[in-house]
Amino acid sequence: MHARPSFRWLIAAFTIVALAASAVTASAAEPIRLGAFLAVTGKGAFLGDPEKKTLETYVEKVNGEGGVLGRKVELIVYDTGSEAKEALTFVKRLIEQDKVDAIIGGTSTGETMAVIREVEAAAVPFISLAGGAEIVEPVKKWVFKTPHTDRLAVEKLFTDMKARGLTKIGILSGPGGFDKSCRTNAMALAPAKGLAIVADETHGAGDTDMTPQLTRIKGAPGLQAFLYCGFGAPTSIVAKNVRQIGLGVPHYQTHGSASMSFIQGAEGAAEGVRLPAAALLVVDQLPADHPQKAVATAYRDAYTERYKEPISTFGGHAYDGLFIVLEAIKRAGGTDKAKVRDEIEKTNRFIGADGIFTMSPTDHLGLDTASFVMVEVKDGTWLLLN
Amino acid sequence: MSADFLQFLFSGITQGACYALVGLGFSIIYNASQVINFAQGEFVMIAGMAAVALIDAGAPFVLALAAGVALTVVVGVALEKFAIEPARNASVVTLIIITIGASIFLRGAAELLGGRGFRSMPAFSGNEPIVIGGAALLPQSLWVLGVTVVIIFALGRFFNSTMHGKAMLATAYNPVMAQLMGINTRLVLSLSFALAALLGGIAGVLIAPLSLTYSTVGVMLGLKGFCAAILGGLGKPMGAIAGGLLVGVSEAMTAGYLSSAYKDAVAFVIILVVLVVLPGGLFGGRSVERV
Repeated sequence: MHARPSFRWLIAAFTIVALAASAVTASAAEPIRLGAFLAVTGKGAFLGDPEKKTLETYVEKVNGEGGVLGRKVELIVYDTGSEAKEALTFVKRLIEQDKVDAIIGGTSTGETMAVIREVEAAAVPFISLAGGAEIVEPVKKWVFKTPHTDRLAVEKLFTDMKARGLTKIGILSGPGGFDKSCRTNAMALAPAKGLAIVADETHGAGDTDMTPQLTRIKGAPGLQAFLYCGFGAPTSIVAKNVRQIGLGVPHYQTHGSASMSFIQGAEGAAEGVRLPAAALLVVDQLPADHPQKAVATAYRDAYTERYKEPISTFGGHAYDGLFIVLEAIKRAGGTDKAKVRDEIEKTNRFIGADGIFTMSPTDHLGLDTASFVMVEVKDGTWLLLN
Repeated sequence: MSADFLQFLFSGITQGACYALVGLGFSIIYNASQVINFAQGEFVMIAGMAAVALIDAGAPFVLALAAGVALTVVVGVALEKFAIEPARNASVVTLIIITIGASIFLRGAAELLGGRGFRSMPAFSGNEPIVIGGAALLPQSLWVLGVTVVIIFALGRFFNSTMHGKAMLATAYNPVMAQLMGINTRLVLSLSFALAALLGGIAGVLIAPLSLTYSTVGVMLGLKGFCAAILGGLGKPMGAIAGGLLVGVSEAMTAGYLSSAYKDAVAFVIILVVLVVLPGGLFGGRSVERV
C-alpha cells in the first residue's frame, strides 16, 4: 500500500520524461541535412581545406542564430582525397545512407563530373564548387555551381587588353586541365573580341624553365601582350623567366595565380602582372559602395577569427554554395527537393563572396564578368585596378 | 637568330646539368646494388624544402643550404638502413619497388611537414640576368654549371684515387669477388646511398631558386634524371652527365625551333633511338650477354 503511490509517481515521471525526450527528438529529428564531399587532402587540398573550414564556420554560425526555418542545419563532410572515383562513392553514401536534402561539393571539375549522373538520377539539388564551364553547360536540371568559369576570366582579361589597345597576344599554357581550358577559351574568344593570338606555346608537367618558349613568343611578329594560363609553381617560374629574357610586353596571368605564393615565389618578378580575381582578394581596397564590400569583409573576419589563417578566394565558393542553398530552403519553406531546386534556380541578386548571382533556367552559375575585378601586383601585394 | 640559339642553349645546358646531377645518383646506387633508386628525385625535393624552411625560420643562408644537404644525406642513409638493408636478400625488383614506396612516403611526409604550397629560395647571387650575345643567363645557372663541373672532378678523384671509391668500383664490377677480397660490400651500399643523397641534395639546393620547391618537385626531375642515366649507360657516371646534357639541350632546342608541344616527346624519342642502336647506352660499350 505504501509503495503504490510512489510507483504511480514513477510511471508518471517516466511518462513525462519520455514525452519530453520524444518531443526533443521530434524537433531534433528534423534537421536540414547538407552533405558535402570535398578534396580536404591530396593535391586539391589547398582548395578543399578552406572550403571545409568555411562550411563548418558558417553552419555553426547559422545554428547559433537558431538555424533555418527553426530547424538546425546538420553538415556531413566527406574527404575525397582529391580522387574523382572516391567522389562517386561518397555521393552515393550521402544520398542513400545520410539521405541529405542537398549536396555541396566537388572541389575539382573531375570530382564534380564523376557524380553528375548519380545526382541527376537521385534528383537532389547539387551545388558544385569547381571551375569548369562544362559542369553547367549544357544546363543539367539539378546541378548548379558557384565559382567563376575560366571563360569569364579570359573574357575579363581580354576586355582589359582591348581597353589598353593590346590586340596581338602570345599565350603560354601548362599541361593541367585548368591550363588547357583557359587556352581553349582564349582561342575561342579572341576573334570575337578582335584579338589575334600570334604565339601559342605550351610547357610540360614539372618543367622548371620556360625560357625557350618565351624566347619564341618574344620573337612573334607584332607581339603586344603575354598571357600565361597555368597554376601553381609554374606561375612564379614564368614570371621569373619573363624578367630574365626581358619580354617587354604587358604580362597577364589568370585567377589561378591569385595567391600570395605566386608573388612570393616570383621574388619581385611578379611586379606589374595583371590578373582577374574575386573581389575577396582585395577586400580592404574595395570602395565602400562596392556591393560585395560588406559580405566579403564579414566573411574574411569570420574565417580569420576562427582559423587564424588568411582567407583564400576558394573558401568563398563554399560560402556562396551554402547560402544559396539555405536561402532557397527558406524561400521554399522546407526541404522538398523539387521546390528547393526551383528556388535555387530563381536565385536573384544574391550577393556572395564570388560575385552577385542571378540564376535562371538557362544559367546555373549566374555570374558575369562584373564578378571579377582586375588586380595588378604592386610592391609585393595586390592593387585593385578600376 | 644566333641570340635565340644561345638562349636555347643556356636553357638546355642548365636543365641538362640538373638532370645530370640527378642521373649521377641513379648510376652510383645502381653500381653498388643493381637497384634503381626511384626516391632519387625526392632527395632533390628534401634538400630544397628543408633549406627553404630553414631560411624562412631565419637561419643564415649558407648554413641553411648545408643543413638541407646534410638532412638529405641522413635520409638517404636511413632509407638504405631501414628499408633496403633489411630486404637485401630479396630480388632487385623487390628493392626497386621498395624505393618507389619510399618515394611516395617521402613526398607525403614533406607535404605534412612543409605544407602543400610552393616556395622559392633566393638565388645565390641575385636575379640580375647576365646578357651574353643577346641571350640572358641567370647567375644561378652559372652556379649550377660550376658546381656540376666541380662534382665531376671530385667524383673522378673519389673513384680513382681513394680506397672507398675503388671499393665501390670493385663492388660494381663483381660484388662476390669484391667481398672475397675483403671489401665490406654492405658498407659500400650505405656509402652509395649517402653519396647519391649528397648529389641529390646538392642538386636540390642549386635548382631550388630556378624550379622553386614543393613536395612533388622531385617527380619529374627524378624521371628526367633516370632518362639521363639510361641514355648514358646505367652505372656510367660520365654517361649520366652526357645523357643529362643531351636530354636538356634537345628539349630546349625542340621547344625553341620545333614546337613546345613535342618537347618531352623528342627527349624520349632520342632515348628510344639510342637504346635501339646502342642497348648499353652511349657509354655502355658493347656488353656481351653471358648465357
